[in-house]
This record gives sequence, C-alpha cells and structure tokens, in this order.
Amino acid sequence: MEEVKLMKGNEAIAHAAIRYGVDGYFGYPITPQSEVLETLEEEMPWETTGMVVLQAESEVAAINMVYGGAASGKAVMTSSSSPGVSLKQEGISYIAASELPALIVNVMRGGPGLGTIQPSQADYFQATKGGGHGDYHLIVLSPATVQEMADFVALGFDLAFKYRTPAMILADGIVGQMMEKVVLPPFRKRRTDAEIAEQCPWAVTGKHGRGHRNVITSLEMDSPKMEENNHRFQRTYAEIEANEVRYQEYYTDDAEYLIVAFGSVARICLKAIEDARAAGIRIGLLRPITLWPFPKKAISDLAGRVKGMLVVELNAGQMIEDVRLAVDGRVPVYHFGRMGGMIPNPAEVLDALKTDFPELK
Amino acid sequence: MKPEDIIKPENKVYARPRLLDDRNTHYCPGCSHGVVHRIIAELIDEMGLEDKTIGVAPVGCAVFAYNYIDVDWVEAAHGRAPAVATALSRLNPGRLVFTYQGDGDLAAIGTAETIHAANRGENIAIIFINNAIYGMTGGQMAPTTLLGMKTATTPYGRRADLNGHPLRITELLAPLDGTCYVTRQAVHTPAAVRKTKAAIKKAFQNALDGKGTSIVEVVSTCNSGWKMSPAKSNEWMAEHMFERYPLGDLKNI
Amino acid sequence: MAKVVGAVTIDRDRCKGCDLCVVACPTDVLLLQPKEVNDRGYHFAFPANPEACIGCASCAMVCPDGCIEVYRVKVDTNS
Repeated sequence: MEEVKLMKGNEAIAHAAIRYGVDGYFGYPITPQSEVLETLEEEMPWETTGMVVLQAESEVAAINMVYGGAASGKAVMTSSSSPGVSLKQEGISYIAASELPALIVNVMRGGPGLGTIQPSQADYFQATKGGGHGDYHLIVLSPATVQEMADFVALGFDLAFKYRTPAMILADGIVGQMMEKVVLPPFRKRRTDAEIAEQCPWAVTGKHGRGHRNVITSLEMDSPKMEENNHRFQRTYAEIEANEVRYQEYYTDDAEYLIVAFGSVARICLKAIEDARAAGIRIGLLRPITLWPFPKKAISDLAGRVKGMLVVELNAGQMIEDVRLAVDGRVPVYHFGRMGGMIPNPAEVLDALKTDFPELK
Repeated sequence: MKPEDIIKPENKVYARPRLLDDRNTHYCPGCSHGVVHRIIAELIDEMGLEDKTIGVAPVGCAVFAYNYIDVDWVEAAHGRAPAVATALSRLNPGRLVFTYQGDGDLAAIGTAETIHAANRGENIAIIFINNAIYGMTGGQMAPTTLLGMKTATTPYGRRADLNGHPLRITELLAPLDGTCYVTRQAVHTPAAVRKTKAAIKKAFQNALDGKGTSIVEVVSTCNSGWKMSPAKSNEWMAEHMFERYPLGDLKNI
Repeated sequence: MAKVVGAVTIDRDRCKGCDLCVVACPTDVLLLQPKEVNDRGYHFAFPANPEACIGCASCAMVCPDGCIEVYRVKVDTNS
C-alpha cells in the first residue's frame, strides 16, 4: 500500500526502487548521493523482495554490473554524482548500443573536475547529448521534488523497458538532499524468470531449451549492418521524441515573458514568478520534465506568444542551447546561471529578468 | 584394417564438440584460443550445462567467442567481464557464469574488476589466456610480456626500467579469501590439454557449487605476435614462459 | 593378443595447416600437404601413414580448430 513519509530525495529513490521490484542496484559512494546506497543497505531488500544490492569497487564496475544485469533482462540500476557519472559513460554507451533497459541516477554536483559537493546542473550536456561515445540518447528525467524522485524510478524503468534503452534521472544535489513529504508507491512483485523470458526474449539467461543462443553485444564489424543498427537506434529515438515529451507549464496562459528552468531551480523560479505577478508582471514558467526528449514544440509555440525568455540554470548555459534551437531566433532568449554550488534566490532571478528585459523595470 | 573399415560411427572416440559452432574461427593458425574454446564447448556439453551457461566475452582476440560456442553470451567492455559476470551470477542463481579474458583485458585494464570480483568470491569461473602480448591490436606489450620480449611497443625488448615487470596476476589472486581454486595450465601438448580440461571442469563445478571464484590461467602462444611458427611458439613457450609462469595449482580448496 | 588400431578424419576445409597435430602425433601418421591447399589457401593436414595410427586422439587434443575426429578399434591379432 501507499505510505506517506518525510525523507530525502536520495532516500526516496532507494525506497521507490525496492517498491518497484527492482532486481539489482550496483553503486559506489559519492557525495551528494550516498544515501541511495546507504538506505538500500539499511533496508536489506534481499531479505524481503530478493533485490540484490552491491557496493562495487568503482563506478566503472558498478555500471558494468548494471550492463550484465540488464543483459539478463533484470530491472537494474545505479546511482552516482557527476564525477562518478563521468566514469560510467563508457558503460552507458555499451548499454545504449546493446539496446538494454537500465536506470542511472545522477545527483549532480558542481564541476568540472572534482569541483564541489554542492548542487549543480552542469551535467545537462553530458546527459542529454549522449555523454559517452557514439550516436545515442538517454531518456533523461528531471525531478523537481522528492515525490518526483520516487515517481521517476517507476517511470524511468517503464520507459527503459518499453524502448529497450537506458533512462537517467538527472537530479540536482538540492532535490537529492532536501527532505519533503513523499507518498511512496505500493510494493510490486519482482518479475519471475518466466515473466522475464516472455517479456524479454532477447535476455541472456542460459538457453533453457530456447534452441538458439542469445548474445548481448554492441560489436558489429560489418559496416552496412552497423549502419543499420544505428538507423534502428535513431528510429527508437524518433519514436521516443514523438511520444514521451513531458513538461509542465505554470502561468503561461497570459504570460508576456517566459522562464525556462528544470529541476529544483524551476521551484525557485516559480516563487520569483509569483512575486512578480503580485507586482503585476506577467511571467510564465515552462519546466521540462524530460530533458531528452526536449519539449521543443511547447517552447516553439510559446515563442509565438511571449516577448522574450530567460533560461535559469545552475550552470554556465547548457539547456539554453536547446531553448534557442526551439525558439529559432523569434524572440530574445537570455541566460541566468549560478555555478560552483551557488543557488540563486527568487529576487536574483527577477533582477536578472529585469536586467535582460529593461522594459520590466 | 583399412581406415574405411575403422571410420564408422561405433568406433568414434573423439568428435568435434556439438556446441562448437560450425563456422571457422577468426583465430590465426595454431592459436591457443581455439584449443581452449574446444575444451569449454566439450565441458559444457559433458556437464549438461548448455541450458544454464552464460559466458562473458572480453575485448581482445576472443571478442568473438560468442560466435563460436553455442551458449548465451554477453560481450563486455574491455576489462569489465568480471563486473558483468558478478551481476549475471548474483541475479541469475543456478547458472554457470564464466568469463573468458586475455592478459590485457584481465591483467591491465581490468585489474580492479578482476581482483575485486575474486576478493568478493563471486561464484564465477575466470578463464585467463596469457599469451604475453596484445594479439588483436597487432602485437603490443601486455602486462605479462616477458623481459626482453620484443613487441610492437617494445621493439627493442621489454625493459624493467622502462616498462615494469611481467605481472604474475594469478599469484596475486591466489591469496585472496574469495578464491577457491587458482591454477595455471597450458595447452601445448595432449597431456597439457587434458590437464587444462580437468582444471576448467573443476572451475565450472566450483562456480555451480557456490564455492567462490576460480581462476584458470592458460599460458598460451600467440605465434603471429611472437613471429614464430605455431610449433616453434609452443617450444618457445615451454622454454621461456613457464619459467616466469610455472604450471600447476596455486590454490585448491 | 589384442591390438589397437585407429584412424582419423580431417576436415580439410576447416584446417589452417598449423602443423600442431603433426607435431603431437606419436606415430608420425600426419603430415601437411606439401603442395595442395584448401579453399582458404592452407596446406591442410592429412594422414600420410594411416596404418600407423593408434587412435590416441593426441592430434585432436591439440587441434585449435576442431578439425580432427578420431576412430579406434581393438583387433584380435590371433584371428
């Protein structure tokens, strides 16, 4: 049954994973996401649902454990934070190329390099443009609340299995660390081996009388075949772009200006917008929930109605490139970003808006 | 008796293994990989494990192992086979999970995955082909390349001061509490082949019995990389490789 | 007295002419074709002295390509 709890976003991920019936979690400690692994170890789901939880020797090993588990049709996941997710990129590329479902959680901290343990959104490019080598995409979900941290575990796995492609929850350190009320979903049973064999006929589980062997590989030395593999991946991505765009609009009906922001920053912007509206300034907010596929059409439509846009991010300007592509030069699009773990307050957001659009002063 | 009188089904004492695919391997003539593949195909059939075996292929010459032995396979990223096998084994109880790795894959880029899988005592069998060279990429130095041995990246011979020492990784794995069986074998003679087959059989059985990690190193030749004939390679291996990599069990509990 | 006699078949198309079976054979049954090659250009192995074969399977043991199958019978030399 559903349960209402107060907990951190990272803890919500762990509880949601157990309740979803995840088969395996493989992780490595890194701030600010270590509570995912810690909570799983504390909950001991191997005693209840049979879920495997393993602290690997590195992020590299963890993502390759995910690759192995996913190859056998299991619902498997890992979580990390920015430097650790960089280490996982090779494995993520293999998982995408082998058309395997998996869930990767990135609770972003400030970079580049070792950077800081404070929150950031500077891995937007890495998450949405591929990240590893080759032409591939992840389905990228951006939670703004602890509730969404929990909900996107199920959504991420459902989409990953539907399209046989890895999904990522791209959270910022704020939503990972903050405590909020969360309604945890009811427990679901893990799939049986028979269900996996039926639902995932490609899974590597031992032949079990199948008559032919299953092989999970990303290797194809025959170039025409490898090109066809790439075409197949791109057809999947086109299908995802057609069907799975998710976003939320706030106050856009009468908005003269639009803020575009994702994750917890969208909540800061919403407060700024409410303050502005109290002063009679009509601003709206678009919050992409899927960063890939990106809500291009929604932003393009709004570009025909507003006078300008401000993209607010915890980075030097990453999502703004996708917003500008969608707007295609029809209205000015500006950026306001904080970096290095700094978080703007609503007043700063409004100041930035007024600086970029002096008519609002 | 004439051969045609002897060559009858009832007299057959050695057949091509049923689980070895009916296709030619990409391996060079005389390559040890082919012998070890044949042994594995024989054992999986003889032990009745066709339906519950999952192999993990490496990056290196054996990258296409999944094309040759008719069981389920996962092709791992370079060096990551033990991590892939860890999850396969833990998530799929009752299966035989084994990795097949070369010296570059296991002892260079995959050192961490190898040591930690073995230290956790994952119930897997690791088949380790040590031919002291990177075959697939064209004969570069491996961590196990002998001192003085010429390779594409040690054209004047491996030097300890420049390139470090030949790594006896099997000796590193034997003392780990997670390993139950660590052995070093070869396939250069019929007797050695029989011993290697017995060793891999034990490793497979250990994995099935949940006894921990087994490692079977097979000291092997790479006649293309070594630039010798296959027969000469076997002689050279016995003369030089066995001194650094002596055959026999390092651990058997 | 019983004597063991053997025979081998070699898949000439699969053989890569590596010579390892020739070296392994204790009774010098096998040789590589000196001139003839298979479809892939290899001087494949063949039983040059088939009557010497004892069916020990040493050749098959060391064959990297699984080309060799071995047959063996016991014959009663008294009869």
